[in-house]
Amino acid sequence: MLAPRALILRAPGTNCDHETAHAFERAGGLARRVHVRALVEKPTLMDDCQILCVPGGFSYGDDIASGRIFALELRLRLGDALRAFRDRGGLILGICNGFQVLLQTGLLLADPATGAARAALAHNTSGRFIDRWVHLRAPAGPCVFLKGIDTLELPVAHGEGRFVARSAADLAALDAAGQLALRYAPDASNASTNPNGAQADVAGACDETGRVFGLMPHPERFVDATQHPAWVGRLDPAASGAGLAIFANAIRSC
Amino acid sequence: MLWEVDVISKEASGDHAARAVVAGAADLGIAGCTQARTAAGWLIEGDLTAADVERLAATVLADPVTESFTAAAVDAASPPSGPAGLPTIVRVLPRPGVTDPAAETAKDAFTLVGLKPVAVRSVRKYWLPALPEADAKRLAWSLLASEAIHDVVVGPLPLRTLAGGKPWTFTQETIPLDGLDDEALARLSREKCLALTVRELHAVRDHFRSLGRPPFEIELETIAQTWSEHCCHKTLASAVDHEGPAGAARFDNLLKETVFAATRKVREALGPRDWCVSVFRDNSGVVRFDGDHDICVKVETHNHPSAIEPYGGAATGLGGVIRDVLGTGLGAKPIANLDVFCVAPPDTPAADLPPGVIPPRRLLAGVVAGVRDYGNRMGIPTIAGAVAYDPGYLGNPLVFCGTVGIMPRDTADAAVQPGDLVVVAGGRTGRDGIHGATFSSIELSSASESQSGGSVQIGHAIHEKTLTDFVLEASRQKLFSAITDCGAGGLSSAVGEMGATLGAEVRLETVPLKYAGLSATEVWISEAQERMVLAVPPAKWKQLAAVAAAEGVEATAIGTFTGTGRLVLMWEGRVAGELDCHFLHEGRPKQRLPSRFTRPAAAPAAWQPAADRDLAACLLDVLALPDVASKEWIVRQYDHEVQGKSVVKPLLGPGEGPADGTVVRGVLGRPRGIVLGVGLRHRLGRIDPYQMAAAGIVEAIANVVAAGADPDRIALLDNFCWGDTRRPESLGTLVEACLACHDMAIAFAAPFVSGKDSLNNVFAWTDAAGVQREISIPPTLLATAMGQVDDVRRVLSPDLKAAGNRLAVVGLTRDDLAGSQLELTGRAQGGRVPEVDAASCRAVIHAIAAAQRAGLVQACHDVSDGGLAAAVAEMAIGGRLGATLDLAAAPVEFSPAIDPAHRDLVTAFAETPGRFICEVRADDAAAFEQAVAGVPWAWVGAVTAEPDVAIGSAGRLERIAVAQLDAAWRRMSHQEHSGGHG
Repeated sequence: MLAPRALILRAPGTNCDHETAHAFERAGGLARRVHVRALVEKPTLMDDCQILCVPGGFSYGDDIASGRIFALELRLRLGDALRAFRDRGGLILGICNGFQVLLQTGLLLADPATGAARAALAHNTSGRFIDRWVHLRAPAGPCVFLKGIDTLELPVAHGEGRFVARSAADLAALDAAGQLALRYAPDASNASTNPNGAQADVAGACDETGRVFGLMPHPERFVDATQHPAWVGRLDPAASGAGLAIFANAIRSC
Repeated sequence: MLWEVDVISKEASGDHAARAVVAGAADLGIAGCTQARTAAGWLIEGDLTAADVERLAATVLADPVTESFTAAAVDAASPPSGPAGLPTIVRVLPRPGVTDPAAETAKDAFTLVGLKPVAVRSVRKYWLPALPEADAKRLAWSLLASEAIHDVVVGPLPLRTLAGGKPWTFTQETIPLDGLDDEALARLSREKCLALTVRELHAVRDHFRSLGRPPFEIELETIAQTWSEHCCHKTLASAVDHEGPAGAARFDNLLKETVFAATRKVREALGPRDWCVSVFRDNSGVVRFDGDHDICVKVETHNHPSAIEPYGGAATGLGGVIRDVLGTGLGAKPIANLDVFCVAPPDTPAADLPPGVIPPRRLLAGVVAGVRDYGNRMGIPTIAGAVAYDPGYLGNPLVFCGTVGIMPRDTADAAVQPGDLVVVAGGRTGRDGIHGATFSSIELSSASESQSGGSVQIGHAIHEKTLTDFVLEASRQKLFSAITDCGAGGLSSAVGEMGATLGAEVRLETVPLKYAGLSATEVWISEAQERMVLAVPPAKWKQLAAVAAAEGVEATAIGTFTGTGRLVLMWEGRVAGELDCHFLHEGRPKQRLPSRFTRPAAAPAAWQPAADRDLAACLLDVLALPDVASKEWIVRQYDHEVQGKSVVKPLLGPGEGPADGTVVRGVLGRPRGIVLGVGLRHRLGRIDPYQMAAAGIVEAIANVVAAGADPDRIALLDNFCWGDTRRPESLGTLVEACLACHDMAIAFAAPFVSGKDSLNNVFAWTDAAGVQREISIPPTLLATAMGQVDDVRRVLSPDLKAAGNRLAVVGLTRDDLAGSQLELTGRAQGGRVPEVDAASCRAVIHAIAAAQRAGLVQACHDVSDGGLAAAVAEMAIGGRLGATLDLAAAPVEFSPAIDPAHRDLVTAFAETPGRFICEVRADDAAAFEQAVAGVPWAWVGAVTAEPDVAIGSAGRLERIAVAQLDAAWRRMSHQEHSGGHG
């Protein structure tokens, strides 16, 4: 059987595409980086792919708001192609800027009646960009990317990652459906590691099927033990990092 | 028609800018500003209906979940009402012509929804309580706006159009030099910001006299840029007559005979094992890495622009050095950044600020934000750096930015071919940064802020990111024969350097402009950011243009490298200027400069009475000093993990302690790594510039060796930042530092591969009493070391690993407290100056490396600011473990004059260069003892499970809880984090 293929969709300002491709390859897939201009010209580039990933970065500079322009471009120019990809069982993963993009395209957490966004990623409570490691837990739910994962550590690096639901009712409904799939958790000394003030400690969320998933932390930055900030003298440098399981789950679910 | 859209956060608690305004107003003593709201505002001009503008706002500008918006015509009879109780409206907007990245992005995005406004400008809008207009203005200029780049409008907006300039019509301005006396020549140079000396203007005058015509303005500007200190190191490359402590020395070219000469000697000694590839030649220094790749490194300064506009200055400083790497050989991929800032202490009283000087805390917050916003957007991890504090940096803060790149092996040599097209790619050209090259060569004054606004550049990181993606793809496809960045001096420097022998013809009217109205001269010398110049064989132009289009980058052929040896500048078919390349690049008259240095007499050591628990009190004080304290508030704002290759990061271990050298893999999935370290001993600069430089170099080397770098593969970079070197006694200190660079490079077999200088860092003003005053920076050499490790899985970190392990100090401690952190606590003053004993330092470094290679070291930390005591404390903080440190056991060499009562204090806090602390397992102790047998060393303690550090000598141990050390070390970072302005 051929290895599953991941299309890593980049835009001007995307900057985590190489390591994300590397992570899919480490997990046994084949990865191809494609510029959004090329995909707009030729949407059939998605045809032989089973996974679509929107990686991290600052698409179009994020000068207006994170992911805004990239999401608008996808909605207006590739909306049908992306829905068709999802409806034929394709997996969609958005990491950091990719999560911000997916929420604004209507592919993730949209109101089924109106298509309006039911959640957004706002500026961190601190008002600042932050790069740090966080503890995470994945409550049982439909998300195929998190299958078999209970807890893990990953780095975050963002200025706009505070999960905000449109209303308390939306938050409760998404929670009940198991769509608030990844949460910031306390560290060993029981201190919160929520880095941005997210509601309900939401770090990642999926659609009803669990096959479209977005998260603020960067799993591609922990596919190798040597990427952990305390690995020297403590972790086996030949071991994998905990983030690799997310890519491996995707490859297995194709 | 001009429309205004305001985008407002739905929840007041999400309005961070408003909180910062209220806090800032309180700091400024502005009464009554107890609440505020802010908006991201947009001015949109075009043939648009109200419905069109609403649609733009709803689809592009505002988030439906978290934001609301208003849209109205600027001249609407009844404008939308602001928040209740906040009648004062303040708008901060970029001045016309200043780069406005958000507006450019918005304008492009509007076309996605099928609407095409003619102009867009971003506005930051603030609603404040009723305030006197003067208070509102003061608030805006102190907190919200920068005079160099912003306009502030209090009240209604007087603007009705954003329309730009009209196209320039060709005129030829000549500048007659004949008949001008020296005074008139000096005035001309000053008034036109040429930074040429009278002697240089004589050479120009004589050259044009021989041509029988006066120079055109564009020609004189080209010469001024090419001959600027920034572009050709005219002081460091000068002939110098030096008198120093070691006697008289005569140099025909100071740099060549010191720094370059050392590199040449090291390479000759290496013979066939020489691992340098391209040094002091290209935009960065290139060395061998693995079988497939070379790596390159460059560190630049951007001091003067950052002094005037910290955010833009630092961002474009980083942007510039990234382009240096991108413009090396046939293009290198940037994989790591570093930044070092030298600023005045953050608590400098406002009354001590000379006019025009930005308060140091605001300045540092600004440069950090600039590096953050540019580096993070570029997707390059910022993994190394430092901040140094000294009152001498008040008027001239130093901003160093460095970048490491990786390139396919054997692509370091690039040569322009006759007939190649001159192609400019990337951002468009505007009036940005006109006179940056000559400006950075002129001393700052209190008037600079108003005079030099045009010199400030604003970065647009996404243009640079797409430019990088384009260059690397074009390089992979081998579509160009040479490349360089457009930095200081703009096209005049870039095209001038690339065509230095061949010559070039450039059609200036074809250069794409941001807005109409630039003259030929402005196009030629503009320092608009994010541009590269490529030499492209005509047969490859079509493919190159296709790659550019695929990445969304504008690339334009603007001329040809001709082979005539002449630089010809055309405007719509007419000659705007013509220069002989030989005169341009070789015609600068060389200068011979007098230089003197007398070492100041060492001040005898003076002591203050000891506090109770003396060592503990001093250690807590030292850990809280700005130079030593945690830089976490800065580090965490930088993405130091993007690209996934960071292996040793700036904060390490369960306790997030400090790193020495930081490590990145060269290639994802491969084991070979690059280690970065910096050394800066500015506190010795005024005492002994030779030792300042030598100790800084040793510190940089020790940093990378502590992390596991191979001591036989360390490349060095020099960045000299000095005061007014036109004065012989100031030049003398520079010569001493150059001599130290020479001696250290040879002693450690570590060649310098690149460098840069920034001179004339003197700030002059007239104080309130009418007295002429000036502040000069301390002589400052930043040494950067780039090391390599075979396998990143074998690197080391300083955080303690396991209770029961033993601690060893390797390297001698002397009683050299002069310039130490202990001095800043007031406990001791003066005394011996640290002296680098290069031979024994080298032996220590090789012994450490041997012990590491044998797997005998669990943690390794080099000893620098704060001495052994601070080093052990940092190791304990990082590892969340305790330690004992028996000072009486450490190997020392003290002057006989040292009072035994001071021995523990001196041993704990002396900053003798070239020492390490190693953590060793008990089982490895015997093997470790053998590995370090040839150098001074001793067991000094052990790692303990009890979370405290016990320091002293037998029977007199003082215990301090690690939590207490940690709190002292982080105090400043917490304050800066909560107090700074994002």
